[in-house]
Amino acid sequence: MVEMVARPYERAFEKYALENPEVLCLSADLTSSCEIDKFRDKHPDQFLSLGMAEQNMLSFAGGLGLAGYRPFLHTFGVFLYRRPYDQLMASIAYPRRKVRLMGFLPGITTPGGMTHQAIEDISVMRSMPNMTILETGDATEVESICEAADSIDGPVYCRVLRGNVPRLFDTPIEVGKMRELSLGDDILIVTSGITTEEALRAKSALEGAGISIRHLHLNTIKPFDDQAMLDHIQSVKGGVITLENHVTEGGIGSLVAEIIADNGVGKKLVRLGLKDTYAHGGSRPYLMNFYGLDAIALVKGVERLTGEELNISEEDLTSARLEAVHSTVKAEGL
Amino acid sequence: MQNKKSTEDVAFGIRRRVFEHSMRNNGGYLSQACSAAEQLAWLYNEELNLGDPTLPMIPKPFGGVPSADNKDYHTGAGYNGPFEPDYDRLFIAPAHYALVAYATLIEVGRMAPEGLEMFNKDGSSVEMIGAEHSPGMEVHNGTLGIGLSTAAGLAWGRKKRGEKGKVWVYMSDGEVQEGQTWEAIQACAHHKIDNVKAIMDVNRQQCDGAMNSVMEVGDLAQKMEDFGAKVVWVDAHNLDEIRAAAKTPHRGKPLIILANSSPFRGMPSLQLRFPRLHYVRFKSERERAEMNKDIARSLGIDPIDYQKH
Repeated sequence: MVEMVARPYERAFEKYALENPEVLCLSADLTSSCEIDKFRDKHPDQFLSLGMAEQNMLSFAGGLGLAGYRPFLHTFGVFLYRRPYDQLMASIAYPRRKVRLMGFLPGITTPGGMTHQAIEDISVMRSMPNMTILETGDATEVESICEAADSIDGPVYCRVLRGNVPRLFDTPIEVGKMRELSLGDDILIVTSGITTEEALRAKSALEGAGISIRHLHLNTIKPFDDQAMLDHIQSVKGGVITLENHVTEGGIGSLVAEIIADNGVGKKLVRLGLKDTYAHGGSRPYLMNFYGLDAIALVKGVERLTGEELNISEEDLTSARLEAVHSTVKAEGL
Repeated sequence: MQNKKSTEDVAFGIRRRVFEHSMRNNGGYLSQACSAAEQLAWLYNEELNLGDPTLPMIPKPFGGVPSADNKDYHTGAGYNGPFEPDYDRLFIAPAHYALVAYATLIEVGRMAPEGLEMFNKDGSSVEMIGAEHSPGMEVHNGTLGIGLSTAAGLAWGRKKRGEKGKVWVYMSDGEVQEGQTWEAIQACAHHKIDNVKAIMDVNRQQCDGAMNSVMEVGDLAQKMEDFGAKVVWVDAHNLDEIRAAAKTPHRGKPLIILANSSPFRGMPSLQLRFPRLHYVRFKSERERAEMNKDIARSLGIDPIDYQKH
């Protein structure tokens, strides 16, 4: 069974910030929601409350960067770029300030509906010169995200998981290095963030149906090692399938499509994720199922790719996640 | 390198340079020179504690935007001296005042007059809307409203480090229409950031015309005080009032000097162009010739022979 880790960010950030006095903890009125409330209470000198005023917070952070600090901005991912997009561009990305944008509740991991769901953040950040994008997919990656982010010579946007997070990996994030989770030769599956767990759930059923899976997990989305991906694409006999907690335009599906097209590779690509749609509010398992981001959606995607019916049911998908632990996560928790 | 000229002479020189440049180029940010000349002259010639320029008197051409590969990238901050703890910084928040700011740099000996010849020329760093890499510009402020927030962050950091250098922001009144300006003032007040000082050119003009016809902003001083700033009104063309205002105690609060200015000061014939003062482009050769004659007479100088250029 998979180990569930409670609030990995809370401990990891405190440890990292205390070792690095130029790191500042900024919050925009979502302090406990981003697991930094204890840090605020214990280390007030390293904490700055900027209130519900993200436009100011982003430019202010640019000024802190100019003063030689490395501010970590904590709020929901969506609030780091939608309203303050101009400030993100002019005050942070253009001048390459060492601002660490810690975006919590990526994609449909929040029940907050459209206003709270960062479903196009990767697309936005990928098109922004000078921006680095990291995404966490398990507790070990959350535990190593602060150090990874702070190693970037410039701004970085991170999709951070909170609450009870499964531990899937035993090594920290190595920026720029994708994780090779299996190295089969029929189908290439590319996932990042929470969809990696879904692919792991589907893996044994797919292999049971006789499909050899090559599975890559991405924690660094920008900059990206095209050659490594190209080698994997060319290592499978069949096509490629991407599954992302994001719209299918501009995210990792597009990333893989660009590599296929740029290199003239004649392989089919199935991109799974939010299909040109907003989501609504609901629990994470419900939303993942409703919008086709879960393990069964991946199985159906593989059927589309291969043209074969695999006769795999939802019951056949082994759970990589302890449902009992999962259910303790409050659906209404914002 | 201060006080080689009187601040009055610097202010006159700013208007003269912007006038001459605008005549030669058949237009320019003339009105901003009228309203801002004393404020920028006073900042550079008296108030700011700046070191000697670290960049060449004749600006280098555009050297590329910041990127991981552009190792030689630098901003235009070096024209305001080295970034050292005791020295002040200046952010020109309304980046379209760049022509006026460049003229100021020349008048105070921080840039060669040749720099203005490069204004708005392709491949030049002396851009029309001041960019981060333009002379005297330290950060990008081309979108109005972000300057004070950036200054607040820098000032908070400098205060935490115990640095003496202050952070000055040159602001325009139009940018109070942006909500971010108010977010910045309240953040300064909440965090007691009192090493931020701003002087705002209250000329009551914006791109579309007079501010009260575009978006009424009400009682600026009252609103800013309510958001937590220390505010002082001055006559923007009275240097003694500006000098006195800068000495106003403002412990625990940002200081904002509201400089009540005339968009025609020194060039009264610009009133004929009201309310389109944002960028004055002459509509006919006749208008250009008359403005040349009238403004020159107001400034007490000879008209420009712009046919030569």
